[in-house]
Amino acid sequence: MDDDAEIIAEFLVESHENLDQLDRDLVELEQNPGSRELLSSIFRTIHTIKGTSGFLAFGRLEKLTHVGETLLSKLRDGEYAMNEAIAESLLRMVDTVRLLLEGIERTGNDKDPNVDVVPIQAAIELLLEHRGVLPSAEPVVEESAPMAEDAAPVVEHAPVEEPEAGVPEQAPRDEVVETPVEAPVVEAPVVEAPVAVAPAGSPAAETDGWDGTERRSVADSSVRVDVDLLDNLVQLVGELVLTRNQILQRTESQDDPDLLRASQRLDLVASELQESVMKTRMQPIGQVWSKMPRIVRDLAHQLGREVDLQMDGHDTEMDRSVLEAVKDPLTHMVRNSMDHGIERPEDRVAAGKSRTGILSLRAFHESGQVIVEIRDDGKGIDPARISAVALERGVITRDQLARMDTKEIVNLIFRPGFSTAETVTNVSGRGVGMDVVRSNIERIGGSVDVSSEVGKGSTFRIRIPLTLAIIPALVVGEGEERYAIAQANLVELVRIEGDDLERQVEDLGGAPVLRLRGRLLPLVNLAEALGGRPEPSDHLTVVVVQADDVRFGLCVNAVHDTQEIVVKPIGRQLKELAMYAGATIMGDGKVALILDIPGMAQEQGVGAVEQELLTARASLDEEDRTALLVLEVSDGRRAALPLASVARLEEFPHDRIERTGSVEVVQYRDGLLQLVRLAPAIGLLDTSDRQEQVSVIVHELADRSVGIVIDRVLDVVDSALVLSEVGGRYGVKGSAVVQDHVTDIVDLEAVVARTGVIA
Amino acid sequence: MSTATATVAVAEQYCTFWVAGQFFGVSVNEVQEVLRHQPMTPVPRAHDAVRGLINLRGQIVTAVDLRVRLGLPPRAEGDLPMNVIVRSRGEVVSLLVDDIGDVINTAGLSVESVPSTMPAKLADVVQCVRPMSDAVLLVLDADRAVDIFAVVESPGGGTS
Repeated sequence: MDDDAEIIAEFLVESHENLDQLDRDLVELEQNPGSRELLSSIFRTIHTIKGTSGFLAFGRLEKLTHVGETLLSKLRDGEYAMNEAIAESLLRMVDTVRLLLEGIERTGNDKDPNVDVVPIQAAIELLLEHRGVLPSAEPVVEESAPMAEDAAPVVEHAPVEEPEAGVPEQAPRDEVVETPVEAPVVEAPVVEAPVAVAPAGSPAAETDGWDGTERRSVADSSVRVDVDLLDNLVQLVGELVLTRNQILQRTESQDDPDLLRASQRLDLVASELQESVMKTRMQPIGQVWSKMPRIVRDLAHQLGREVDLQMDGHDTEMDRSVLEAVKDPLTHMVRNSMDHGIERPEDRVAAGKSRTGILSLRAFHESGQVIVEIRDDGKGIDPARISAVALERGVITRDQLARMDTKEIVNLIFRPGFSTAETVTNVSGRGVGMDVVRSNIERIGGSVDVSSEVGKGSTFRIRIPLTLAIIPALVVGEGEERYAIAQANLVELVRIEGDDLERQVEDLGGAPVLRLRGRLLPLVNLAEALGGRPEPSDHLTVVVVQADDVRFGLCVNAVHDTQEIVVKPIGRQLKELAMYAGATIMGDGKVALILDIPGMAQEQGVGAVEQELLTARASLDEEDRTALLVLEVSDGRRAALPLASVARLEEFPHDRIERTGSVEVVQYRDGLLQLVRLAPAIGLLDTSDRQEQVSVIVHELADRSVGIVIDRVLDVVDSALVLSEVGGRYGVKGSAVVQDHVTDIVDLEAVVARTGVIA
Repeated sequence: MSTATATVAVAEQYCTFWVAGQFFGVSVNEVQEVLRHQPMTPVPRAHDAVRGLINLRGQIVTAVDLRVRLGLPPRAEGDLPMNVIVRSRGEVVSLLVDDIGDVINTAGLSVESVPSTMPAKLADVVQCVRPMSDAVLLVLDADRAVDIFAVVESPGGGTS
């Protein structure tokens, strides 16, 4: 019923607009009777109203517009020539249609007994009978007579009886009646009757239903407003709110009670104004959903599916810009569910389900976000098949797959280059589907995931912010300035101090990483990213952020708080800086830049490293891909060892190396770290002394640590290790091609054993 | 340059200001407002000419330092620049200048082309020259002045 009411309201607004246009067209048509264009336009309008009223079961309206349409079609086809009688009856028809519409608006149906459609219907039918020309006055009199009768009691009862009151509303119509009757000039009384009614009726019409309050019709209760104007309003209100904040701060220290009262009022009004203005930009998701039944119907037809579409939460509102942005992804996901989710009827029956699949769309608000769920009871997503395809397409490595749980695997469908459609259809599935959906949703600060049970169906869940203009953000401090990070990019905050700093933060060839729950997280220092120098500190504050598949830690000077910020665009002069997403104005009126996390990741080159580092803890023996620490020894020779065996990387000045017997040691963490120079251990010339500092890889054994001295660290790579016997010798397992270079793969056990021998 | 001067001659009222001792004018039609020094938020890693962002009644405005843009010597430490807010291609940009002058009417003054000896960075954004009795007004092309990526680096580049 709700749906119906909505459709009717839309129908009314549309029809009222059309009727206004129709009035103008009809009047113009009288001036310009031959215009086919005008006639076609009028015909279309009436046709539309007729069609919709038929659909909505407004029988009287349909019948009336039907005869009108017939008359118009004759005119349009040139069978009849336009004359005054026809014009009059058409205008009367339009008036009656309008009255019926008003009745519909009041009561929800067109059965309003006050509106009489018979006379005008008869008049038009008469015109049709006589091929558009009234041959004599007589039939008109016959037709007019009931009119007069109709009108007559009105004069008597108008003030008393409610139903009659509606008739005088036809006053304009009655005046119109005058002319066709008059034209043939037959009987004066007939003419008089309606004329007499009009003045008597008019006041009655005005009092009808008027209870002292202004009642707005649907058409009058909405105004079309330019979106730019709304955006401008939003901006001005934002500014007003900031000004209010400043005034409130000032007045707190004042004693003037009047000023306090006024500022409190300002506070209230500004808040309410802000809320109302934000509401003006809100639109219900129903606007997008109204198109779904048709899409689903067509697709079901095309794909040979039987689908029952259920929709829930039409009136869930969101900002129009958000709605605009999710329209296409939503449509795509519905297509996807129909194509890949719901099975053919015969397959469903075979699987013991009903022939008709259920596709349910649900929208609701949850903790300041809009959640849209797309659920089907189809075949679900088979993790085994997804993994097979993902491996085959090279979307992930076997190694990565091994560490994924079912939900993660199912969510692989959002990775680029992924499509499990066995046959490419024109509906969905050329591998340009779900990844685009995800990136579109993420672009507006939303997220999407899927859960699925094989044989039972899948549920896609989209989370989107209510509005793009205002986002929750974390404000961090660096130097004198503040920067905002969108909450959508935020994963967690980590603070490291004291000994942990040394233990958890490693420097891999100039690239700092943080050990976080067994994973290595690349670190980016915000001060450095901004072109400055980080201040030395005894602690580290890491904001762990994520964008797409890239996750990294942003080291910041200070974390202030989370707050709602209004995103504002920045000028053309700054567009080339990918690291800023925009700017915002803080409570004190100062401008703060909003960091663009994906842009920053790209600029800092985090993306590429991330995938490799995620797998950095892989062990060497069972996987075919291995994370390797690539290093330089003996003046340009490359060697590599499994990253898993590296506990830390350290650098020491030469003078810290001391000797005990023939063994080199450094004092390290309240103990001694025995050193072994890698180059001689693997039969190469030692050049590690040429460096300014001694680079040491700390390798932890069960009972002690060993420091392996190298020239320097080159890189961390995740590489398929094809070991060749070539170059195999004591301390070297063999060689492999890593990053297009022949690299010695160090036999760590042998190297460490050497220290044991010497010691 | 002759074509440029022909189109410029239409504007007669100029908002004037000084930058490094030079007397400039921008057609009043392009100027939204003139403000004294405003607090600015610096934008790290931005072009040198971008001094920062200004909150102009809720709108975020980029401030372009005309001294940097025009290749003139930097402002003395402690001297606070003023803002000439101009509209350029749908955006509002602030030009940072040393001092603000009057709005002057140039009706009756001659329009002369830019002297060929003017440094390229300056000549690039000066549309024409209008000699007055006590000074010479350099008419600035606001669109070019805010387009910091079009800076002519090599001398003698003239118009690009």
